[in-house]
Amino acid sequence: MNTAASTPATTTPDNVVEIRDLNTRFGAAVVHRDVSLSVHRGEIFALVGGSGCGKSTMLREIILLQPPVSGSIRVFGQEVIGLSDEQALPLRRRWGMMFERGALFSSLTVTENVAMVLREHTRLGAALIAEIAALKIALTGLPADAGAKYPSELSGGMRKRAALARALALDPELLFLDEPTAGLDPLSAAGIDELVRQLRDALGITIMMVTHDLDLLWRAADRVAVLGDERILGNGTMHELARSEHPVIREYFYGPRGRGAREQGTREQTWNRK
Amino acid sequence: MQAAADIRPGATPRELRCEGAWLLRSAAQVEARIEAYLGALAQPVEGELLINAQAVTALDTSGAWLLHRMRRALEVGGCTVRFIGLRPEFEALLRLIATRAAEPAVTPPPAPGVLARFGRNAWEGLLGALGLLSFLGASATALMRALMQPRRIRWRSILYNLQTAGVAALPITGLLSFLLGIVIAYQGAEQLRRVGANIYIADLVGLSMLRELSPLITAIIVAGRSGSAYAAQIGTMKVTEEVDALRTIGIGPLDLLVLPKVLALVIALPLLTLYTDIMGVLGGMVMARAQLDVGFTTFINRFDDAVSLTSFLIGIGKAPVFAVIIALVGCYQGFQVSGSAESVGHQTTTSVVQSIFLVILVDALFSIVFSWLKL
Repeated sequence: MNTAASTPATTTPDNVVEIRDLNTRFGAAVVHRDVSLSVHRGEIFALVGGSGCGKSTMLREIILLQPPVSGSIRVFGQEVIGLSDEQALPLRRRWGMMFERGALFSSLTVTENVAMVLREHTRLGAALIAEIAALKIALTGLPADAGAKYPSELSGGMRKRAALARALALDPELLFLDEPTAGLDPLSAAGIDELVRQLRDALGITIMMVTHDLDLLWRAADRVAVLGDERILGNGTMHELARSEHPVIREYFYGPRGRGAREQGTREQTWNRK
Repeated sequence: MQAAADIRPGATPRELRCEGAWLLRSAAQVEARIEAYLGALAQPVEGELLINAQAVTALDTSGAWLLHRMRRALEVGGCTVRFIGLRPEFEALLRLIATRAAEPAVTPPPAPGVLARFGRNAWEGLLGALGLLSFLGASATALMRALMQPRRIRWRSILYNLQTAGVAALPITGLLSFLLGIVIAYQGAEQLRRVGANIYIADLVGLSMLRELSPLITAIIVAGRSGSAYAAQIGTMKVTEEVDALRTIGIGPLDLLVLPKVLALVIALPLLTLYTDIMGVLGGMVMARAQLDVGFTTFINRFDDAVSLTSFLIGIGKAPVFAVIIALVGCYQGFQVSGSAESVGHQTTTSVVQSIFLVILVDALFSIVFSWLKL
């Protein structure tokens, strides 16, 4: 939402998400050790790292699905750790989350999935809700007839888009995407890249995503943090990270797949400039 | 807070002013204002209408949708609409909405009439019955194949199912049949005492429990406990595509998921029935001594004369049939699950209702056949 200028001063203007000294453990296994990072307003921030390094866990901690062992997580300037569900409700209305596997309600159609959120949190008339739901579905690039279908009738890529439509239902200021392109064909994935950028440009929302997709990183991400060995190994734009000397980051970006994506990304950026 | 969204007439009749924060939270009010404005337009505006959006301080997709919708309504009325003063980022958003905007999804066709629904239900019922029958056939074929190659029988899975459907059901089946024995003896005691036929309590409890009630109550409890579990397990596996994965790996879902359950239940249910026979008669004995002064020894002696081996075997003999019904219906309904979590719940319910219905129906058929055979 383009409300940055006039939002009440309770929020730090530039940091929408601010994590300080976060520690997470599952039993004896340490996932995060004193991790700190911040996401600025209006940027597309990506969290990357190998499988099982705790990227999704961090996302779950930010949106209050899982408590960390210690540390501080501030969203819109408000400490979220230890909030009750009731206290968290105003925050939850301001963010949207797209789960890795969609997590669409399987007994509702796509339209009903989106409309349900609107019905729960607004007092709009049924007709307007249906229109807004159809708009959100169209925004994510789904065909109009997808709205009447059940999640089980959709392909993986369409399910992702439907999940995104639901995450956008309340026009969130902050959007979390967990692996938005995982399991998609290159064409659908490219569509998601485009969509993420368009949403940010048109709506001015802040996007925090977890991804493995180097193409998505080169094309959409403003800033990237690499998570590994229980901490942040590097943090910056893709070009900065590409110059990093850290072996894990180099491995990540200069592995066989990383190189292709980088060349492609650089080529496109040059092309865009022309 | 930001000024609420609003629209008002501009300086000239050809101008309309939009102001405030056009956000989702004020969408209901704005919609009402737009309706009022459009309704107040006695005749459609002709020519060009300017929408002055200089004072719009915030815009999200819902607000943009309302703007877009208002423009469309005006344009249908026959005028051209031009926005002025809209911030560039808002204009971009409005353009995005306009290009992506879709008509609201088509309304579903009207609900079918009573007759159509009756016909459809009857047809689906018939299909369901045929499906169950063909499932029985497929399972029988799978069993034949397994018997030809006994090494393919999954003993470990059978043992596990024996444990969960049999051993774990002992406390509840035992308790319930004990109580049932007490109830029957208590109800009979009053009548028997009146005619001075106290000793016949052994006949009453023994015959009713062994022949009818104990197999039936056991089957009903197991249908509720295990049949539902089978349906839910297989149903969830279908939703998560595990069943398809099994097929792909080259393991027949029937071999892995259905046969062990059927075989385990065919073994477990007669044993459970024997156990509930004993518990039910024990309940009757306790009640007989308390109410009718029929001691345990007297009861057992009379029991020996009253209840023939045939009666006992008839009761036990029904159990494997019930077991096949329960396991097959549970598994079949599990395989009928399609896609959603709600479907898992629905098919689980159906499995319990259907298997209890079939168990009682088959029990009635048995009674008819046995009386025909004079057993």
